[in-house]
Amino acid sequence: MAEFRLPKNSRISKGKRYPAPKDAKNVKTFRVYRWEPESGENPRVDSYDIDLDRCGPMVLDAVIKIKNEIDPTLTFRRSCREGVCGSCAFNIDGKNTLACITRIEDIDGDVRIYPLPHMPVVKDLVPDLTHFYAQLESIEPWIKTDTAKPTRERLQTPEDRAKLDGYYECILCACCSTSCPSYWWNPERYLGPAVLLQAYRWIVDSRDEATGERLDDLEDPFKLYRCHTIMNCTNTCPKGLNPAKAIAETKKLMVERRT
Amino acid sequence: MSSIRSSLANARGLGSAKTGTSHFWAQRVSAVALVPLTLWFVACLASQFGASYASVTNWLSSPFQASLLAIYLAAIFYHSQLGLQTIVEDYIHHEGIKMATLIALQLINILLAVAAIVSVLMILVGAA
Repeated sequence: MAEFRLPKNSRISKGKRYPAPKDAKNVKTFRVYRWEPESGENPRVDSYDIDLDRCGPMVLDAVIKIKNEIDPTLTFRRSCREGVCGSCAFNIDGKNTLACITRIEDIDGDVRIYPLPHMPVVKDLVPDLTHFYAQLESIEPWIKTDTAKPTRERLQTPEDRAKLDGYYECILCACCSTSCPSYWWNPERYLGPAVLLQAYRWIVDSRDEATGERLDDLEDPFKLYRCHTIMNCTNTCPKGLNPAKAIAETKKLMVERRT
Repeated sequence: MSSIRSSLANARGLGSAKTGTSHFWAQRVSAVALVPLTLWFVACLASQFGASYASVTNWLSSPFQASLLAIYLAAIFYHSQLGLQTIVEDYIHHEGIKMATLIALQLINILLAVAAIVSVLMILVGAA
């Protein structure tokens, strides 16, 4: 059933406050979701006052500064710090995005940082993405062919290659899927925008020979058709991609092959 | 989620139902059909606004108008069935309650559609 309130053990309490150094002139408060599974306590939101004159420009710079200089217990994922790895996906200022390419100065007031919504939390800002990755694996995101292996590259016209634009750039940060209400209500059975975009990337690839099988596997009231074109996915994608279009194109192919 | 079962087994679940497109397509087609039908119906209501009972039943006695009205009613209840089914599947996760709600909805929509169309026929044959 749809959940309208957080379960008792997920309700958020007020956390600690870490004040900025006394000589700081350019202070911004970062309110960060904290939860430790071992503590047995409810999650809390800690406030860190950061001196922006001694901090990099991006939200991730501030989060790393908190861990390095203020509170080493803060746990989060990060790697490339330039928007290509997808590790530092958080809910920042109410929107799922990558901390490394979100400028602090673009956020009015306090910077609120939460883990990606409606996923089980491992610790602090780290969501459990096991099921998300398993769903990706279930659509078999690799080329499938029956024709004998060529001795050189598989050829593709520039026009067919262009059909992958807007889809191959997906970095699987899970911002879109975790912003989708349909995915919140039915994550066990609905594949979600990120995985459906990946599925379409292989459906539309002219070199792949399993297009029909791929469509067969998606022909399902839950796997594909839980998408109700809410468009949160497209709205939130930090890479500017359009998962909703990938899903709409897939639905069009579904109709096309039966009429 | 079960920790013993592999995550891939959970993600694959019961596999594809090999259906869904007919429902999606029927929802779209009935929605498109409802646009001109609703315009026609509103225009008819406006033309019969304030008219006497006899005038309305007389107007409805034309086979063409009665057929259009019957098709309009069928499309409404068909579309409503498809849409409500989607909402139930979205929000109700208890299998038993879900199944019972889906069956009840279907029966209610069929009953309402048949009752509405029978009313049109009764007017057409002059029984009401």
